[in-house]
Amino acid sequence: MADIAVAGTPGRRGAYGSISRDRRWAMRWSYFFLALFAIFFLMPPFYMLITSLKSSAEISAAQNPWWVFGPTLENYVALLGKNEFLIFFRNSALVSICVVTITMLISVTAAFALARMKFWGSATLATGVFLTYLIPDTLLFIPLFKMFAFVRDTTGIELMNHWWTLIIIYPTLTVPFATWIMIGYFASIPKELDEAALIDGASWMQTLTKIFIPVALPGIIAATIFSFTVSWAQFLYPMAFTTSTNELVLPVGIVTTLIKGDVFNWGQIMTGALLGAAPPLIIYAFLMDYYIAGLTAGATKG
Amino acid sequence: MAQVTLRKVIKKYDEVLAVRGVDLDIADKEFIVLVGPSGCGKSTTLRMIAGLEEISGGDIVIGGDVVNDVPPKDRDIAMVFQNYALYPHMNVYENMSFGLKLKKTPRDEIDRRVKQAAQILDITELLDRKPKQLSGGQRQRVAMGRAIVRDPKVFLFDEPLSNLDAKLRVQMRTEIKKVHQKVRTTTVYVTHDQVEAMTLADRVVVMNAGLIEQVGSPNDLYHSPTTKFVAGFIGSPAMNFIPCHLEQAAGALRLRLTDSLSMPVPASRTARYTAFVGRPNLMLGLRPEHIMETRPHIEPDQHDFNMTIEVVEPMGMETLVYFTVNGAEICGRVNPNAGAAAGQSMKLRADLSNMHLIDDTTGKVL
Repeated sequence: MADIAVAGTPGRRGAYGSISRDRRWAMRWSYFFLALFAIFFLMPPFYMLITSLKSSAEISAAQNPWWVFGPTLENYVALLGKNEFLIFFRNSALVSICVVTITMLISVTAAFALARMKFWGSATLATGVFLTYLIPDTLLFIPLFKMFAFVRDTTGIELMNHWWTLIIIYPTLTVPFATWIMIGYFASIPKELDEAALIDGASWMQTLTKIFIPVALPGIIAATIFSFTVSWAQFLYPMAFTTSTNELVLPVGIVTTLIKGDVFNWGQIMTGALLGAAPPLIIYAFLMDYYIAGLTAGATKG
Repeated sequence: MAQVTLRKVIKKYDEVLAVRGVDLDIADKEFIVLVGPSGCGKSTTLRMIAGLEEISGGDIVIGGDVVNDVPPKDRDIAMVFQNYALYPHMNVYENMSFGLKLKKTPRDEIDRRVKQAAQILDITELLDRKPKQLSGGQRQRVAMGRAIVRDPKVFLFDEPLSNLDAKLRVQMRTEIKKVHQKVRTTTVYVTHDQVEAMTLADRVVVMNAGLIEQVGSPNDLYHSPTTKFVAGFIGSPAMNFIPCHLEQAAGALRLRLTDSLSMPVPASRTARYTAFVGRPNLMLGLRPEHIMETRPHIEPDQHDFNMTIEVVEPMGMETLVYFTVNGAEICGRVNPNAGAAAGQSMKLRADLSNMHLIDDTTGKVL
């Protein structure tokens, strides 16, 4: 009897509790790599912060570059005291806010039409919208020069060297991708929801504003963050199309005014970059909760 | 409150005919159930009444007006969807009042109607909850509430109970019936479940392959099906179909099932069936409850025969027995105490007073 009882148990392999041990090891590896990535990605901002707190003398001194020995706010005072830096900041903010607004107005309505109002060629058009996103902006700025020249010749409106020109150009980068995000998001909303709204007496516009936009809020926030980041960080177009100090946006302004010939004002460059990186960070921090919270739960069977 | 009439309604998707000419008159306050297998066109028909699908031909009349080109919101209908389709960002109150708000109904009127509907459905305490905080049955109630507050001419239900578990489904079925008895609005209800159809409907519409097979009260369909499809679709376990011949001997008709098994046709049916003597492809249709164990007292038109039972399924209040006649698997319902056992011979009784004779070529009940 004892033999039989023993024979019944050895079917089990490995030590008791091996699942939790496997899991523990998996967690250790995850934390190890996550820490590695965090260090890797936080290194540049950390270096920016360190350098922005140093005096020019300390930056060029031959000592450990990863520590501040004589912290000073002189770079901040100098930069924020300059009128031009505030102009760059204002230009960047205006451009980004306008671009985000224009982008969301166009892409949400376009995505709604492409995702829901089945019309002839809507699927092809949706793919076409995405394809335009795949064309790199480095290929586009020369044709854009030609177009600006054409506009000037025919209407007399000068588009070169104005910050507001960027408001017209950036949506060519943001609208296709934002539209594509929104098409995907709208497509995930059950068809019955708009049919219910249709029966309840909602027009297409009311279905969009009262049902789709609230339900797709996480998607809208994702698209907003995306277009804000793109227009805030865009470097090539403002570099190519704006030259006067008053018309520059932040990324270009920092580079063109703080690098004089071969003299790099590293302290102020790092301060400017750090201050420039702040607004997107703050926006992320505020919208992240909305972004993560799924709002469609409970709409249908769920 | 309104009548609904469908006249030769057709739906064509590209070249495929989903609905092939449906004629139906639905009376005011009537509860109509469209039932059929998936792909039979029942949902499409409902969606055409709702205005969610354009019709490719024919007319739909609601309350005396042809509504072919009228958008859904102007048809004065309300619809309950299979997956409820509640607005996830609104609470129950807002969900129910959305339609009225769009119609610019006064605020106190909205409030009165929502509270009244909530009371009918017993969801008053849920009014400020979001859909994701509700159970399946509660969501279903809210979806019904959203329909009731609109006080529409017609209620449309598209398989509203399919997403619920079996127990809740039976409960909500009763609930829907109660609500209809209170509210008395013309209702069109689509389901693939024949039990739901039988229990809820004033009249059942059985659809198959885009056409109406038969319209009638649940009892009509059960006892007097006009086609083999309806005979087989309504009732569970399904009606038995046994290939047979009709023979005439000495002025009496006999139903021959196999070389060794034949039974006299009930006298009341003789005149009706005489014309089909010798006709090929005939089938005897007999429901499982008309095949029972033998009993001491025998009624007219009942006949005993011996069969080897192949499978026995005890159901508690009855036992289902399965055997084969002429290549067809037959199901009978016997008393659990009748001693049915698989592999053993058993004396069974067929009650031919409830038989159906079916022409398998045309699919018609003769």
